[in-house]
Amino acid sequence: MTVWIFAEEFDGSPSGGSLELLAKARSLGDVSVFYVGSGSDDAFGTFGEHGATRVYHLDPGDSLPSAGAAAALADLLGSEGGEAILFGPGNTDRDVAGRLGARLVKPVVAGALDIDTSDGVLVTSEILGGTKSVKTVVTNGSPAIVITRPKAFTAEGVGGGTPEVITVAMPDTGRSAATITERHVEASEGPDLESASIVVSGGRGLGSAEKFEMVKELAGLLGGAVGGTRAVVDAGWVPYSYQIGQTGRTVKPSVYIACAISGAMQHVVGMKGSSTIIAINKDPDAPIFAMADLGIVGDVHKVVPQLIEALKERST
Amino acid sequence: MNIAVCVKQIPDPATPYELDDENHWVIRPNDQVLDDTDRVGVEVGLQLAEATDGTVTLFSMSPSGSLQGIRQALAMGADKAVIIDDDTLKGSDALATAQILSAAIERAGFDLVIAGTESTDGYSGIVPQMMSEILDVPCLSFARKVDATDDGVTIERQTTSGYEAVSSPLPALLAVTAGAVEPRYPTFKGIMQAKSKPVDMLTASDLGVELHAGQKVVSVTDISARAAGEIVEDDGEAYLKIVELLEQAKVI
Ligand SMILES: Cc1cc2nc3c(=O)[nH]c(=O)nc-3n(C[C@H](O)[C@H](O)[C@H](O)COP(=O)(O)OP(=O)(O)OC[C@H]3O[C@@H](n4cnc5c(N)ncnc54)[C@H](O)[C@@H]3O)c2cc1C
Ligand SMILES: Nc1ncnc2c1ncn2[C@@H]1O[C@H](COP(=O)(O)O)[C@@H](O)[C@H]1O
Repeated sequence: MTVWIFAEEFDGSPSGGSLELLAKARSLGDVSVFYVGSGSDDAFGTFGEHGATRVYHLDPGDSLPSAGAAAALADLLGSEGGEAILFGPGNTDRDVAGRLGARLVKPVVAGALDIDTSDGVLVTSEILGGTKSVKTVVTNGSPAIVITRPKAFTAEGVGGGTPEVITVAMPDTGRSAATITERHVEASEGPDLESASIVVSGGRGLGSAEKFEMVKELAGLLGGAVGGTRAVVDAGWVPYSYQIGQTGRTVKPSVYIACAISGAMQHVVGMKGSSTIIAINKDPDAPIFAMADLGIVGDVHKVVPQLIEALKERST
Repeated sequence: MNIAVCVKQIPDPATPYELDDENHWVIRPNDQVLDDTDRVGVEVGLQLAEATDGTVTLFSMSPSGSLQGIRQALAMGADKAVIIDDDTLKGSDALATAQILSAAIERAGFDLVIAGTESTDGYSGIVPQMMSEILDVPCLSFARKVDATDDGVTIERQTTSGYEAVSSPLPALLAVTAGAVEPRYPTFKGIMQAKSKPVDMLTASDLGVELHAGQKVVSVTDISARAAGEIVEDDGEAYLKIVELLEQAKVI
């Protein structure tokens, strides 16, 4: 069987998520990569190292990529065939997957944690905030279009050579065309959230952007990364790249420290895989306590500064 | 600007959701509420309509009897609503939802369609993208800031590491993020006016849309919750417990 993956470029290289998809796709069959980005020998080489032998490359330039990528993919799937196409959880992934599904009049199964192709395409996902596991079969033929959850699979280097690269022209998208006029990267401090072994996260209960600084200080002392809830991102205290949860990042550190976070299910799905969870919240009924290994019922403005002092003392 | 805002009615998120045993659909009570996520879309629509002397029409596919959620959005200031409601739409997936909403919006005519990034109950997060393809317009998704220009719209499109500025002609579709704007509260006057605003009711067959089920849920099982650990009341020394646990986890 042929399994396609959609791969987005991040900072000139294949995104980490696309290499995770590649590893899963290789376990299912013969893989075709559809890569959207400026492209480079290094980028293609990275796909090769991860076992890809065939990369279709589309450079959208300054066009908003989704309409063109979906049109090109629909054509390629028609001419080359393919039983499934896997997308990551990224924004462009979702745009292209949705447009492709509507174009081919096929369903898109979102939130996949696993995919089994031994008998048709069977997708495992979670619903209702990760409280129920659901298995879904795609019933109207190929390709099955699947969007996966972050970190559902693990990237794996296998040391392959340079893949065959087939250049795909950006189709004329007519009425669906729009232009990217500027690209901005918002600086984030400290270690990468998704690979850090300690994550310290703050929620609305901190009260203000100034008070959020203590979360950063604590993370700094522990050599950890800083995260936040959607509430603090929406309030503008930290950029979106810090958001943990359903609509943000998924983290699985050894230790997760939740400071003044209620534990809404949309937050929890992004951190419940942490090995040890520590929560500080003044409300004894906060849902976060239901999953914490250690829950402190107390004022974050007292407990965290004390913890910071204690850690500083240890290091001197 | 002729603005179509897609709003979803959902069971009150404060109540636990239950699934229908046979079809595994979320059981929808008669009284549903406006999805909070869609308040943001309504607000963006109202601001653009105010800036361009336009109108805001709500579109909702709501297989349920209640209009409570729609009235909430009308009370914020939307001009009218179109509801597509019939029994054949129960359990619709994202594609069917997008097909139905697009057909209704196309029929009414539009310059701009606004949706939320993801619904609170379903959170598939692809209905807007599917609509953009069906309507053949740019998909301006993850929009955290929106401005009308002389001949279109510009947005800030949130990305993993920052944002992109995107410029688009009209017609177009916007999917806005939760933080895009602060939704207004309905005024008393708004609530009274909402009662007499026009609400059109349509069925799938009125729109001539043919739907095909393409996926089937084969099983739903409970995931065992993570066990709670030790909960301690802070007596001024609880931070020592954290230090102890960090030592045990060998991270300090
Ligand atoms: C479709 C959808 C997607 C979403 N995606 C995400 C997502 O990806 N990530 C995410 O995080 N959320 C997401 N949300 C939002 C989520 O539902 C919650 O609203 C959000 O996580 C709440 O953030 P919070 O815990 O910071 O704030 P709150 O829920 O307001 O909690 C604040 C907590 O702080 C405590 N507190 C207050 N003062 C103190 C003090 N002095 N000391 C100690 N504790 C204190 C309070 O007791 C309270 O428990 C999503 C929602 C929807 C509908
Ligand atoms: N039944 C519906 N009626 C109206 N709008 C909807 C419906 N379902 C989804 N939407 C719109 O699509 C957005 C994303 O929903 P979803 O794809 O279900 O996560 C929502 O915020 C709504 O704006």
